[in-house]
Amino acid sequence: MSDVLYLLEHYYPYFIRGFLTTLGISLIALVGSFIIGVIVAVLRIVPSRPVNAIGRAYVEILRNIPLLLVAFFFYHGLVAFGLNLDGFTAGTLGLTVYTAAFIAEAVRAGIQSVPKGQMEAGRASGLTYIQTMRYIILPQAIKIVIPPIGNQFLNLVKNSSILTLFAGFDLMYWSDYAASESFKTFAAYSLAAAFYLLITIPLSFFVRWLEIRLNRLPAEQVQIKTALGEV
Amino acid sequence: MDFRAAWSPENIAFMLEGFKITLYVAFVSIVLSFAFGTLIAVFRYARVPLIAPILGAVVEALRNLPLLLIIIFARFALPDVGIKLDVVSAAIVGLTVFEMAMISEIVRGGLLSVDKGQIEAARASGLTYVQTLRYIILPQALVRMIPPTVSQFISLLKDTSLAVAISLPELMHNSQIIYNANPSKYVVPILSFAAGLYFITNFALSQASLFLERRLSVRH
Repeated sequence: MSDVLYLLEHYYPYFIRGFLTTLGISLIALVGSFIIGVIVAVLRIVPSRPVNAIGRAYVEILRNIPLLLVAFFFYHGLVAFGLNLDGFTAGTLGLTVYTAAFIAEAVRAGIQSVPKGQMEAGRASGLTYIQTMRYIILPQAIKIVIPPIGNQFLNLVKNSSILTLFAGFDLMYWSDYAASESFKTFAAYSLAAAFYLLITIPLSFFVRWLEIRLNRLPAEQVQIKTALGEV
Repeated sequence: MDFRAAWSPENIAFMLEGFKITLYVAFVSIVLSFAFGTLIAVFRYARVPLIAPILGAVVEALRNLPLLLIIIFARFALPDVGIKLDVVSAAIVGLTVFEMAMISEIVRGGLLSVDKGQIEAARASGLTYVQTLRYIILPQALVRMIPPTVSQFISLLKDTSLAVAISLPELMHNSQIIYNANPSKYVVPILSFAAGLYFITNFALSQASLFLERRLSVRH
């Protein structure tokens, strides 16, 4: 315990800086991956098979390879194309591109959960495909899509820890720094854990609350869905 | 980029050697975390006093921590309190501790998803609690557990790569050793080969899970 206090006293600016950087990276990557994710989801549902295949390839490839490999590609691989990115940029890009695949799946599942009859009814009433999407389908889908996106944000906060391997100045990076400089590894990494939980625990409660509120599900049902990873 | 030089037989053999470690570590971790995870889930499902709430808090904390932190903790923080693990054990311990929390939630979700009326009906028909668990609850829970369990295993296989942080000689680590010799020529071919190995394995797993899911759901 005294070790933790020692670290807090001598290294708190580093931990705070790391904490804020981790939050910042996660937010940037969330916005980026949401934009890419929606585009990919649209590719997967428009009525054109070749276009669907492109969307599917994106999702299947990125979901089945490690995040670290994607990030290494941006960090080391782009050198072959004459692009030399710093660790922070490469790591954030990797996180964004990787998370987009999961968000695309969540968005697609949300859109497809709206019964087909709604699209047909919209079209039959004289709305165009885009209008039906905009006014009928998306407002219903968004409620289903928000909780899983919250979960992806949670994953981003945790996954952003890989930036330490690229000197990305995130929370994990500064914890490593404090650990190796003070030799108080147990205390330093415990403190890092506490800082991560400071973000992730409230966030996970918030996501669960959202799921209950938005989809009007009984709490017990949400507990099961969350546990099974179906959110 | 020089694919031919990068994909030399020695390099491929070295990467496959790494992939063997990846598969080994992932397999041992999934078996261990399934055992511990099921135990945790049953304790929580049966609401064993004192133990259940403590396990609940531990699971919640573990699920909300970065796996990388847990792996690094197992390798570099535990020696600080007198527990020294070699690289392979540290990777297995880190992955298992994290994954058992994830799996315990899947098992618990499966158990909770079985309708309470079924349990009451089984008990009323004269089955014991253990019989009810064995013949009524588990078979139904298992069907719902298959898809999330397989996707958890896929995550685990991917996450094994995080052990590069502690220099576990798995696929990512070996790939890096090869391409560091000549980054501008080797990185893309070597990383694509590694990606191919991960992709084939994980895609096959996810397709198998889909197939299984379809087969099992027909029976309902």
